[in-house]
Amino acid sequence: MSVIALTPLDLAIAASLVLVLALISWRTRLGIGRQLVIGALRTAVQLSLLGLVLKFIFDNEAWWWTTLVASIMLLAAGREVMARQKRPLRGWWGFGVGTTSMMVSSFGVTFLGLRTMIGVEPWYDPQYAIPLLGMLLGNTMTGVALGVDRLLQSVIREKETIEQRLLLGQDRTEALLALSREAIRAGLIPIVNAMAAAGLVSLPGMMTGQILAGSPPTEAVKYQILIMFLIAAGTGLGVICSVRLTARRLFDERHRLRLDRLAG
Amino acid sequence: MPDLDIKRLQAFGRDPIDVHVGAGECLCVVGPSGSGKSLLLRAIADLDPNRGDVFLDGRSRNEMSAPTWRRLVGFLPTESRWWFETVGEHFDERRADDLADLGFAEDVWDWQIHRLSTGERQRLALLRLMAHRPKALLLDEPTASLDEDNKRRVETVIARYRKDLGAPVLWVSHEPAQIERVSNRRFHIETRPAEAES
Repeated sequence: MSVIALTPLDLAIAASLVLVLALISWRTRLGIGRQLVIGALRTAVQLSLLGLVLKFIFDNEAWWWTTLVASIMLLAAGREVMARQKRPLRGWWGFGVGTTSMMVSSFGVTFLGLRTMIGVEPWYDPQYAIPLLGMLLGNTMTGVALGVDRLLQSVIREKETIEQRLLLGQDRTEALLALSREAIRAGLIPIVNAMAAAGLVSLPGMMTGQILAGSPPTEAVKYQILIMFLIAAGTGLGVICSVRLTARRLFDERHRLRLDRLAG
Repeated sequence: MPDLDIKRLQAFGRDPIDVHVGAGECLCVVGPSGSGKSLLLRAIADLDPNRGDVFLDGRSRNEMSAPTWRRLVGFLPTESRWWFETVGEHFDERRADDLADLGFAEDVWDWQIHRLSTGERQRLALLRLMAHRPKALLLDEPTASLDEDNKRRVETVIARYRKDLGAPVLWVSHEPAQIERVSNRRFHIETRPAEAES
């Protein structure tokens, strides 16, 4: 199992394609060229650094290195979730809701996968733990951000209807039921679509990587199926958890809708 | 017979309000727009953060959950909201008593919400509120979008409810003629300070 090593020239050719796209954007005034170049630069810098970090912790296998990297990934994901809300919850809640939900779901599911299914020894072996957690966090983050954003937007839009329901004696759960269900569905749509399209329309990235690295396709497929299921479970748990926590914070103990707890 | 007692009620930094509405009494809340009439009703229903206390029939609202309290003090906002497709889905109990008096027939339950006129919505919102049999009524311009005939219908239905159940009624109105017709007493709210006049 050997991989054909990529040379700097190979990467430069790929980079030139992005530059051509940026050039087209600039000529046709799409207004996305700048972000495109910045995004490409970030990809190059962030992934290069990650490569160095992973090499270092693979060489120095210790549970606390794995934990440290995992925590940094989690905090970055939490920040990203909050950044995607137009009007997040004020104070620590905006950051805390997403971060807590992702910690419970992604860490929990990753740990379960490592201990019971993959069965790697020790379970914190970074070669397995970090990539697995990365995939779970990435997908859960998308789901959580979508779900919470949908909930907040629909609550702002439907403020009067929610208050009308409260006035008729419904409690905060009942008054919000339709909206929170809809928000949870919105958060789960990407993973549901991804599972439906897997192998038919899209070749999932992890499987592609394994095959490029020389794994037999049948082994790669088994891993991909496992990962898909873990992602679905992790995303579902994370979305439900974050939507519930957000919904809880939107009301106080007297079942009042508290939009003053949103920023902006 | 329940009475409604409002003690040092204060929301959004406005001056505290004390007012008592006897059983079966109709108190009209009057004052220029922006003087806090709607805010007073919202605070009584505990819909905004507020200070002070409200007693119904001698029982403080803090002795019960907020949803229970809101079922007891029926609050009718100026604009009603509907969330299902048909009228009937919004009613737990389809009580027919006031249906005809408000100008509707039994087929109203199947009506589509999006086809209702503003006036129909307003009358149906009152019907929906009274279906819970609240012990008090807090009405925010309940006839604002009604023609003369329907206005009288609504006034009659509310008056009967008030007498039959001995319900205290707080009624926000801008119409001097209507205030003259329906109220036993008036409560004047000023922009910031608020005081009662008999």
